[in-house]
Amino acid sequence: MKFLQQLRLGFRSLLLHKLRSALAVLGILIGVTAVIWLVAMGEGVSYQAQQQIKDLGATSIIVRSIKPAEESSRSDSNARMGISYGLLREDFERIVTNVPTIGRAVPMREISREVRHREQFIDGMVIACTPEYFGMNRLKIARGRAISEIDMSSYANVVVLAHEAAVKLFPIEDPLGRAIQIGQEFYVIIGIAAERSAAAAIGGSLDARQYDRDVYIPLTTFRARIGDRVFTSRAGSFQLETVELTQITAVVDDMKEVDATADIIRALLQRYHKVVDYAVVVPKELLEQAETMRAMFNVLLLLIAGISLLVGGIGIMNIMLATVTERTREIGIRRALGATKGEIVQQFLWETVVLSGTGGLLGVLFGFLCGPTVNGVRFGVRASLPEVWAALPPNIRNLEPRLAPWSIIAAFAISVGVGIVFGIYPARRAANMDPIEALRHE
Amino acid sequence: MPPKQALTPNAGPPPRDVVAAIRGVSKVYSLGGHQVKALDNVSIEFRQGDYVAIMGSSGSGKSTLLNVLGCLDRPTTGQYYLAGQDVAVMDDETLSRIRGRYLGFIFQSYNLIQQLSVVENIEVPLSYQRPPMPGGRERCLKLAELVGLSKRLGHRPTELSGGQQQRVAIARALVNNPHVILADEPTGNLDTATSHEIMDLLDALNKAGRTIVMVTHENDIAERARRIVRLRDGRIESVAEVRREALPAGG
Repeated sequence: MKFLQQLRLGFRSLLLHKLRSALAVLGILIGVTAVIWLVAMGEGVSYQAQQQIKDLGATSIIVRSIKPAEESSRSDSNARMGISYGLLREDFERIVTNVPTIGRAVPMREISREVRHREQFIDGMVIACTPEYFGMNRLKIARGRAISEIDMSSYANVVVLAHEAAVKLFPIEDPLGRAIQIGQEFYVIIGIAAERSAAAAIGGSLDARQYDRDVYIPLTTFRARIGDRVFTSRAGSFQLETVELTQITAVVDDMKEVDATADIIRALLQRYHKVVDYAVVVPKELLEQAETMRAMFNVLLLLIAGISLLVGGIGIMNIMLATVTERTREIGIRRALGATKGEIVQQFLWETVVLSGTGGLLGVLFGFLCGPTVNGVRFGVRASLPEVWAALPPNIRNLEPRLAPWSIIAAFAISVGVGIVFGIYPARRAANMDPIEALRHE
Repeated sequence: MPPKQALTPNAGPPPRDVVAAIRGVSKVYSLGGHQVKALDNVSIEFRQGDYVAIMGSSGSGKSTLLNVLGCLDRPTTGQYYLAGQDVAVMDDETLSRIRGRYLGFIFQSYNLIQQLSVVENIEVPLSYQRPPMPGGRERCLKLAELVGLSKRLGHRPTELSGGQQQRVAIARALVNNPHVILADEPTGNLDTATSHEIMDLLDALNKAGRTIVMVTHENDIAERARRIVRLRDGRIESVAEVRREALPAGG
C-alpha cells in the first residue's frame, strides 16, 4: 500500500537521527499526555461536583405544599374548621401515573414535633415517608433497618432516628429496640441513620435544613396516628391545618428532561388546584452553576493543552527544518527522478505526521497511566508528608481522575494535526528548492 | 566531420526517430546585475540509440545544457522537444512528470538515497510514475541482476563501493524505461578500472538500444560514445563522429 510505504519511509528517514527525532516525539508526547491528564482530572472534579449535586437532587423535582394567603385558602371561611391546603394524595397518584419521564416519586409528610425519651427531648422534625425515601435521599442506615413495606401495611409504630437525634435522646444507652414518644404515641426504634455528610459544600445549598434531627416514621402510620389535621401554633394562636402531603419528590431518570418534567408537573397541578398552594422547585440553578464551572474549567484546560501542544509543534517544526536542510541533496535527487513539488511536500508531511503521531500514541499510552500515577502520588504524600496531606481540601484528597474517551481521541487527532500544521512550512521549503541547487548541495 | 545542425527555430516537432531535440536554445543568467549567456543558440538532435558525449571546459555551458536536457532548467529562448512535445514551455509539475517518465539520470557522485537499500533506491523513480508502472518490483530485481548486484539488494549505499553505487544508479536510471539516459561525469569519482567497468555497462546498454547523453571531460571516456559534441562559451564548437575502431569489443 502506498500509505504504508509512506509511513515506513517516514520512519526510516527519522531513524537517521534517533536522538533528535526522539526529542521531537517527546515534545508531542508531553503535550498529549498533558491534555489527557488534565482532562481526566477535570472530569474527575466535575464528576465529584455532579455527584454532590446529585446528592442534593439535581435530577429531582421537589413539589412542596405551601400555605396560601389567608383569604384565598381552599376551605370555607369557617376559621374554626381551620384551613386545608397543599398537595393531595391524589396529586401524587396523578403525577406518578401521568408523567412518564419520572423514574421514582416519593410522597412525604412532615411536621415538627417534640420527640421524647424520658427526660431527654428534642424539637425534631417528624418525617412520615415510604421506604423509598431513604434511598432517594441517600440516607444510609448505620444500624438496624429502614422502614419497610410491612411497616407501611401494618401501620407499625416504628421509627428510624437520624444520627444526632439518636445521640441527643440516648446519650448512654443503645437506642435500638427502645421506644420514643411523639405526641401521645410511642414508637419503637428500629434503625439509626448514618451521619449525613453535608452535601451542601458546593455553591450554596438547595435545602439548608438540618437532616440530623429528623425522625422517620411510616407514612401510613402518620396518617393513622397523627392524621392530616394538625394543630400548629403560629404567632401565638393555634391553628388547625389540613395537609395531606408536605412534599412529593420526583426523580427524573434523564437530567436533560428535568425542566420539561417540571413544566408538566406544574401544568398538571394547575388543572386541579384553584389556588397555588404548592411550589415546584427544580434544583436547576446549582446544575447550571456546575455546568458553567465545568465549561470554564474545560476552557482553561484546553488553553493549557493548546500551549503545550503548540510548544511540541514548534519542536517538530525545528526538527523538520533541520532535516530539510540536511536532506537537500535527497530532495534534489527525488525531484530529478520525477517527484513533483506536491510529492515532496507529501513526503515531508508524512515524516512530521509520523513524528507527531508517534508522540501522540505514546502520549495516549502515558495518558492511561494517569489514574495509577495520581494514586501513587496520593499514597506518597500521605505516607511521607502527613501534615501536607491533612491540609489538602477533601476535593483534592478524594480526586479520582476519569479518563475521557473524547480527550484521548482529540489529543491524538490534535497531535497529528499539529504535525501537519507545523510540517507544512518545512515541507514547502523542501519542495520549493531549485533541484539543480539541491543536487549540488553537499 | 559533418556540418553543424542547421538552425531551425519554430520548425515544429522533429521526426519520430529523434527522441530529443533542442532548437535555438539560449540560456541567460543574470549574475550580479549583468547577463551571462550560458547557452547561446544551441541546436542539437538525439536519435533513438544515440550515444553522445558532451565535452567542454568548465564554463563552456555543458552543465547548463545537461540541465536543460534533463528538464531541470528551462531555456530562456528556443525549443526543446522530448518525446514529441515541446517541454520548454511546460510548468514545474509537468516537467517533473516528464523527467520521471522519459529521462534517466546518472550522476558523478551517484546520488543514492542513504536511508534506502539497493533495491529501494532502484525503485525510487517508480514511485513517481503516474499512472504507476506495472511489475515494478520484478523490474528492479531484473535490473539489479543486470548491473550485477542481485546479491546486495538489502545493502545500504554506504556499504557499497563507488563502482557498486554507480551500478545501482544505472539500474535506477533504467527502471522507468527512459527515452534518454543523461549521465553527468558518470566515472568522475571512480578509479580507472572501475571507470572502465561502468563504461562497459553503458556501452552495453547503448548496444541494446538505449539513447545515452553523457557529459565528461575525459577523452578516453568520451571516445566510448558515437559522437562527441564540444562546447565552448555556450556554443557548439564541433560535433565529431567517433571512429568505430576506437570502441573496445563487447561490453
